[in-house]
This record gives sequence, C-alpha cells and structure tokens, in this order.
Amino acid sequence: MMPFKPVFLWTDVLIYLLLAVVGVLIWHIRRHEHLRAPWRKVARSASGMSAATVLAFFVVVGIADSLHYRPAIEVRDGKTIYAVEVLSFFDKVATKLRAEKARTYSAPLATHRYAKETIELPDGRQVREYPRLTHGGAHLVDPVADWGPDIARRCLYGIAAGALVWLAVAALLCASLARRRAADIDRMWIAVWRGETEIPWRAILLTLAVMLAVGGPLVALAAKYHVFGTDKVGQDVFYQALKSIRTGLVIGTLTTLVMLPFALLLGIMAGYFRGWVDDVVQYLYTTLSSIPGVLLIAAAVLMMQVWIETHPEFFDTVLARADMRLFFLCVILGITSWTGLARLLRGEALKLRELEYIQAAHAFAVPHFRILARHILPNVMHIVLIAIVMDFSGLVLAEAVLSYVGVGVDPSTISFGTMINSARLEMARDPIVWWSLAAAFTFMLLMVLSANLFADAVRDAFDPRIGAARPLRLAAGKV
Amino acid sequence: MIAYIIRRLLYAIPILIGVNVLTFALFFVVNSPDDMARVNLGVKRVTPDAIQKWKEERGYDKPLLYNGAAAGSGRFTDTIFYEKSVRLFAFDFGYSDQGRDIGYDIRTRMWPSLAIAVPVFLLGLVAYLAFALTMAFFRATYVDFWGVVACVAMMSISGLFYIIGGQYLVGKLLNIVPISGYDGGADAFKFLVLPVIVGVVAGIGASTRWYRTIFLEEINKDYVRTARAKGLSEPRVLFRHVLHNAMIPILTGVVVVIPLLFMGSLVTEAFFGIPGLGSYTIDAINSQDFAVVRAMVFLGSVLYIIGLILTDISYTLVDPRVRFE
Repeated sequence: MMPFKPVFLWTDVLIYLLLAVVGVLIWHIRRHEHLRAPWRKVARSASGMSAATVLAFFVVVGIADSLHYRPAIEVRDGKTIYAVEVLSFFDKVATKLRAEKARTYSAPLATHRYAKETIELPDGRQVREYPRLTHGGAHLVDPVADWGPDIARRCLYGIAAGALVWLAVAALLCASLARRRAADIDRMWIAVWRGETEIPWRAILLTLAVMLAVGGPLVALAAKYHVFGTDKVGQDVFYQALKSIRTGLVIGTLTTLVMLPFALLLGIMAGYFRGWVDDVVQYLYTTLSSIPGVLLIAAAVLMMQVWIETHPEFFDTVLARADMRLFFLCVILGITSWTGLARLLRGEALKLRELEYIQAAHAFAVPHFRILARHILPNVMHIVLIAIVMDFSGLVLAEAVLSYVGVGVDPSTISFGTMINSARLEMARDPIVWWSLAAAFTFMLLMVLSANLFADAVRDAFDPRIGAARPLRLAAGKV
Repeated sequence: MIAYIIRRLLYAIPILIGVNVLTFALFFVVNSPDDMARVNLGVKRVTPDAIQKWKEERGYDKPLLYNGAAAGSGRFTDTIFYEKSVRLFAFDFGYSDQGRDIGYDIRTRMWPSLAIAVPVFLLGLVAYLAFALTMAFFRATYVDFWGVVACVAMMSISGLFYIIGGQYLVGKLLNIVPISGYDGGADAFKFLVLPVIVGVVAGIGASTRWYRTIFLEEINKDYVRTARAKGLSEPRVLFRHVLHNAMIPILTGVVVVIPLLFMGSLVTEAFFGIPGLGSYTIDAINSQDFAVVRAMVFLGSVLYIIGLILTDISYTLVDPRVRFE
C-alpha cells in the first residue's frame, strides 16, 4: 500500500517544467564563459545577492507547497482509499499550523479569543468572558502569569537554534571556500568578514542571520501559538501568509513562461522578416495592447468563470478547479502582457538583422530559421531575461489588485489578494483586526522588494542601457 | 498636419475592428448566451424557459453572425454581432443586462471619475518631476542614493496598502475627512482630498525613479557638457536644457494616459465609494453584467488609441526634428 498518491496539478507540472528549464539553462551557462560573465556580475552585487537569499527562501517554500498528494485513509479489499483532500508537502510540514484552528479571530500570540462569549460554568452559571483558545497558549497553566516568560523563553530558543544553523552554514561555507582556494579556514573567515571575497558572502551571511533571527522565534512560537493571530474562520494567519507565497510565485513566473513563446517567436519574426509578417504581428499587438490591461483581464476572467461554472465535469476536486482558475489567470495575464516584450524584441531584431554577421550568414545561404535560432535568438536573450525579472514583482502586485476587483484567483485559493480582500472590512472593527492585513502586506513587501532588488542587479549586469525602458507595468498594478 | 491626423485616424479603424471582433469572440463564442444566462440566473435552479426569457429580454436570442430567417439586409443586421458589437462604433452602447442605459450611465459617471483622476494626474506629474529633478541635481550623493532606495521601497508596496493605510490614518485615526462617499458641488472637495493624496503617493516610487533615469540619461549628453562649459549654472542647465529635452521621452508615457483619465481607477473608486466609471466597471464585474464590461472594453480602447494619436501629435509640438510624414 502506498501511504499517499501523488497529485499533479496543472500549475505543479508547469513549475516542474520551469525548474527543469532553469536547471538546463544553469548547466548550459556554466559551460560557456561568455554567458557566465554577466551572471558573475550579478553575483558580485551585494544588494542583489542579499535579495536572492530572501527569494531563495520564498522559492523553497513555494516548491514545497507544489508537491501535492492525497494521503491514504484505509485499505479495503486490497484497494487503498485516498482522501479527497489534496495536501502538499508544505502542508505536511506545517500540519500543526493547518490543523490547529481557533474558532474565530484571535490576536497575534493571544491565549484568549478576540471577543467575549457566553460560557457556561460547571455549576450552571453563565459568564461573559474571553474564552481560552484551543491551540494558542493551551499549554499554559496560568495564561496571565506564564505568558510573558513563555514567549521570552521560546524566542530565546528560536534565536539560539537560528544562531546554531547560521554558525553551521557559515562554517561550512568558509570550509568549502578555503578548500577551493587552498587557504586556511580562519583566514578565509576573516576575508569573508572583511568583505574581501569576490562574491559578497558577508552580505549574504548577514541577510541569512537576520532571516534566521526572525524566522527562528517565529517557528518556535508557532508550535504553541498563532504567531500572527487567526482570521474570521479561525485559520492561522501565519499559515495563510506562507501558503500565499506559492500563489504569488506561480503568478509571477508562470505568466512569463506562458507568454514567452508568443513574444519570442512573433517579436523576432516581425523584426527579422519585416514585410507582411511585421504588419500582422504589429497589428496583433497593437490591438491587444489598446485594450486597457485590467479591463481585458476582467473580461477574460469573467468568461473563464462562466466556462468553469458550466463545465464542472472537468474538475474532480475543489483544488483542481481552483488550480485551473489560477492557471487560466496566468494564461490571461500572459496574453495581455506579451505585447510589451514582443515590441522590444521586434525593435532589437530590426537592429540585429542589419549587422554584418547576419549579412554574412545570408551570404552563406544559411536558412532563415537557422539564422533566427542561432544568431538572433541568443542575442536577444538578455532582453528576455530582464523582462522576466522586471515583470515578476509587477505581477505579484497585480494579483492582489485583481483578486480585490474580483477577477483574480479563486476565492478558495490562499493568496495575498484573497487575504487582503477578506480582511479589508476588518479595519472597521473595534478593536481593529489588523493582523491579517499586516501579515499579507509584510510578506508581499518582502517578496516584491527582494524581487525588485534582484531584478535591478540582473538588469545592471546584463544591460545598463535598457534601464531606460520603462518596466512593463500592468495597468492593474496601478491604483 | 490635418492630413496626418486623418491618416492616423484611419489607422485606428482596423485596430478598433480588431478590438471589436476580439471582444465579440470573448463574450459570445467562448461561452454561448445560454451559458451566460445560466450563470446569471444561478447554475442550479434554472429552467429552459427562464433562459429563453433572459436571452429575449436582452436580445441575445438572435443568431451570432448570420440570420437566415430574416430578409434583405436583416440577414446581417438582425444578429448579435451587429446589434451588440457593430453598434459600438457609433458609441451606441445599448442597455446593460440589468436594463439600464449604458450611454447615460457613462455620461453621468465620468465626472466623478475625472474629479479624482485629473488632480491625481496633474499633482502627480508636478510632484514626481520635482522629486526626480532634485535627485538628478544631487546625483551620486547620499540624497540620490537614499532617494532611489526610498523609490524602490515605495514601488514594492502594494497600492492597496496605500489606500487602506491612508483611510485608516487620515480618515479614522485623525478623523479629518470622511473615509468614503461622494457628493456633488463644493462638498465634493472633502471627499476627494484623501483619494487624490493616496493616488499621488502610490505613484511616487515607480514614476520618480523612471523620470530620474530619463534625466540622468539626458545629463550625460554632449549638449549639457557644452552648456556647463559655457559657464551656465547647474540649476539653469537642469531647468532650461535638461528638463526641456527630457520632455520628449516623458511625453511618451504621459500623454497616452490623458484620455484614459475618463475611465477612472477601478480600485480607488471602489475603496472610496466614488460613483465613477471605475466603480461602475467593478460593479458590473461583480454582478456579471457582460454588456457593461463589453462597453467599457471598447470605450477603453478607443480612448487609448486617441491617446496614442495625441502622443504622436505632441511629439511634433515639442521636438522640431520630428516632422509629419
């Protein structure tokens, strides 16, 4: 009997595909010096590498949340029955956060519920007071007296554990650096600490230290408390914020993956062949881009909603349906946003086709598609790369706005947008419920800020001139 | 010049036809009117009669492209495509699925939208250019460095945060202006202050940084060196020479959005309860009013194309090198 049955959602498969593509690219780039050079420049940027460290954390959480399965419940007549509920590897790790629910709102780290309730005492009397939470601080005998010391102790444990992990990472790093350069490990340590290494290891280690100093206590506290409180239905906000990461990453990366083939093929072909191909492609993208982005997205998403609602037979689980909607959203965002990149690529291809080496290829009667693939494509890849990294943060921000407008992800999908959307009326409560919004905005800020910093580093390394091109900003990203 | 404008207007026609066909395909081919009726009436409890009635009331019961039952030109005009899509060219938006006159709604609702969008646009432009010029003046100093840091941080914050934060801070905590709502006449001012401020602040990060890049690119050009060599003061170089020449790239991004100001902003209007075209669209999306969304898509692209034409015309006004051809 298999303890679980793997489930491959559409977006999962695309994420695996994306990882495979990235893997192949890394392998390819490592073998070619001229491709490595700009990446070396990225690796030398302290802000870029610090941002990459933070992004790496998001990516790890996102990938862990993309390994879906259905746990086995029991074996009947030699056949294994699997649960209807689809879980991810991340859910398994965070079982405690997912399963332990309060009944309704509770403040961060609270031991009692947010509102008073009528409780029946054993002797039959009724009192109105703040009931204890089933999970948050349930291990405390006297919540009033024990709460402060318990929090402090857990924070200390968390920081201590974080410090241990950090020391281990730092020691391993120094050891491997020292081995590669045949130097002493303590000399290497001093070099790293003084910032004398080529790659800014000091900045990376400092970023890691901050992340561990914050993350350690969070994890330690999350075992016994709702660190960021709970929402209206009692779900842990910390868990929601972590789950939102995958949605953000999917929107930010898969959208580009979906639109890339169109933009590349049409953009390059328009610039290279000119003539009627150019006219057709230009007509296509002018038409598409003349519809204001958010309206086209709204119209397409509305129609997709109708299609999903009238074709329930295609989806066997709720998650599959929500995932399909997420996938469609990526496709729609991709279709509306490929025009900018296609325009840039067309312009570049127009320039490249006049260069001598292309003329030489013509003279040698190299077929058109070989010229496109071997001579033009590699020379526009830097534009593509810059567009990908610059688009990412805009897409993450756009998701929140679209979900607010009602044309974003499925309401059952946990995302920054749905978190903000469901919490927006809570500011009107008294006392206000601020923790859902705060958590969503903080995580989103961290993700977008580090993506922006990393994108800047990539852009500077690959083409400082392109900095003048306005980042492809979706109309939806604007207020 | 008139010949040029006419030619540009003629170019716009095939694009508008493309938009029209695209929206028609999106709204009537991807899903049949039956599907729309079913969703609008609630998927579960719906009878064929109710669907038929819903379609008849809204004129969706006709054939899509070709009406074999009609005579003469009616074969083409008595169809959904003609009634719902071709008529948009005459700005005849028809009636919404709820039965309201869309054209009338647009005409009344565009004023509140403009009341927010125009101040945000003008104040924003002045503020962003001022910030960007300051940063360009202090380039390669700490002012510039921290300015860029602030810009990157500000553009990483979600627009929703500015709205919610602004509402909480100004409206609820300080209690200066109402959180949301709208009123005509002079009373409108107190309702408009907060959305306008939020709109301007939300754009600071991305726009200031973008203008700064443009200014820095201009500053490194030869004519600036010549101006300095002639002994011009730095402010004079910046304001007289750099700012003037930077207008060309700035116009690309600015003029094109002017006609779109009519459309208002979806999120701002929804949050602040402004009865403009943005909240009109949001309401239509939420109540799945396909006719309104279709009309707004068409109107939006018309305005965008007007913006493109205006951009090209404005080039020739600021840059004598560009000629009508």
